[in-house]
Amino acid sequence: MATYLLLIYGDEQRWQSMTPDERAEIDAGHRRFRERAGSSVLASGELEPSSTATTLRARSAGAAPSDGPSVTDGPFLESKEVVGGFYVVDVPDLDAALDLAAGLAEATHDHSGVQVQPLVDHG
Amino acid sequence: MDVRDEVEAAHRADWAAVVAATARVTRDLDLAEECAQDAFAKALETWPRTGVPDLPRGWLVTVAGNRARDLLRRRAAWRRALPLLVVDDVAPGPDALDEPPVVPDDTLRLVFTCCHPALARDAQVALTLRLVCGLATADVARAFLVREATMAARLTRAKKKIAAARIPYRVPSRADLPARVGAVCEVLHLVFTAGHTAPSGERLVRTELVDAAVRHARTLRRLLPGDRQVAGLLALFLLVDARRAAREDDDGRLVLLADQDRGLWRRDQVEEGAALLAQALGGPEPHRYAVEAAIAAVHAEAPTWENTDWDEIVGLYDVLLARWPSPVVALNRAVALGLRDGPRAGLAALDAVAGESALAGYGYLSAARADFLRRLGLWAAARAAYEEALVLTANASERRFLEERLRDVEGRLV
Repeated sequence: MATYLLLIYGDEQRWQSMTPDERAEIDAGHRRFRERAGSSVLASGELEPSSTATTLRARSAGAAPSDGPSVTDGPFLESKEVVGGFYVVDVPDLDAALDLAAGLAEATHDHSGVQVQPLVDHG
Repeated sequence: MDVRDEVEAAHRADWAAVVAATARVTRDLDLAEECAQDAFAKALETWPRTGVPDLPRGWLVTVAGNRARDLLRRRAAWRRALPLLVVDDVAPGPDALDEPPVVPDDTLRLVFTCCHPALARDAQVALTLRLVCGLATADVARAFLVREATMAARLTRAKKKIAAARIPYRVPSRADLPARVGAVCEVLHLVFTAGHTAPSGERLVRTELVDAAVRHARTLRRLLPGDRQVAGLLALFLLVDARRAAREDDDGRLVLLADQDRGLWRRDQVEEGAALLAQALGGPEPHRYAVEAAIAAVHAEAPTWENTDWDEIVGLYDVLLARWPSPVVALNRAVALGLRDGPRAGLAALDAVAGESALAGYGYLSAARADFLRRLGLWAAARAAYEEALVLTANASERRFLEERLRDVEGRLV
């Protein structure tokens, strides 16, 4: 078995201006995912908008770690495309993970996509 | 046959099967490749003394398997930390190699793994050339026009992804096959093309690539007898490759289709290809391979160059251009047009596509121009075009042909 992180990327503006029909289509995709994946889903979540994110990083280039991080409003990377949600699944192989991901509506909408990436197996 | 030749023949025929069978035991493509290599080295060392075994493939599979078990024992601790190839439908174990390998399935497993859609197309082709066709890394690098170290790094990265992302080592299920077979066909097509006219080097045809592409297309065909894309691909390979013996003269010089001895064409391959083509065309929306194979079939069925049905050929290029437009197809159509309507029309058609930036540096454009100019007796312009084609052509057989034409044209100028 192998564990994969499925990151759902998309254009945040488009997600915020979805019609009820589009929303329903996305919801249906996630219900289908749940039904098919069953107990292989280890974790999952839908993220609040990126404007609600807070980022910690070094205060400046060359700052000493003992100075502690700066705390700023906003995501680590400013981009039109953001992560809107994620799954962590434990499945036999990549084909199984891709097959699950392919059932999500976000995998076929023109502004979004699903990135499937294995987690390191620490044994 | 010299023992060395026997080992080479076994390498051509059995390399993929040895890697594929060993991978079932090692569950690691890198290690399988290493053990297969060791087995062939051992054959080179042993066979001159013992003679060639009755079943060379069985011998090689056994030796590679023993080597794999040996290395696995030694590296056991180190390997525990590494992800293993996902092999789900064969129980891996020390005895796995003692059964006779199911060759088509085993090799296909390897082909489908190398052509997995999660790998970039470049990586798919490189892996297929290395692991399935058995090309040395240096030769794979040459086929891609990159340095050997670059190719070695690309191959390593691809094999690491297969292991870390758990790309499964299996032939896809019947339901997934149609979606997966397209990538395999495309990779085999690239392998065939690279072998049919080698981009560089002394030989015009790299027979080991062409033969590997044909062999694997045949295996796909056995797996999917009703698939029209596969039928079209195999038809294309057979019809084009039927001309192999006529494509070079005794001096290793390219012979153009127009000048080929059609008696040297393999009629059995033409017939088999034509039958496959009928299946590939029998239905709606034929695949690109079928249309390309149809062009090859028109040539194959023409009794002479002069009696070729150029109308039909131009029409087929029109279909290609409409559905799969590309600068190279546009160039080929322009050439066909010139052969139908005369060199002046051909030159005009070539001028219309010459602006394509993708064709800048494409030797065939210059060579086609040169040929039409030569037919029109425009010797000075023809000479310039042949000289340009020579600058852009790296294959020795093609160069010898172009040099001869250039000498001929220069003779007329005096």
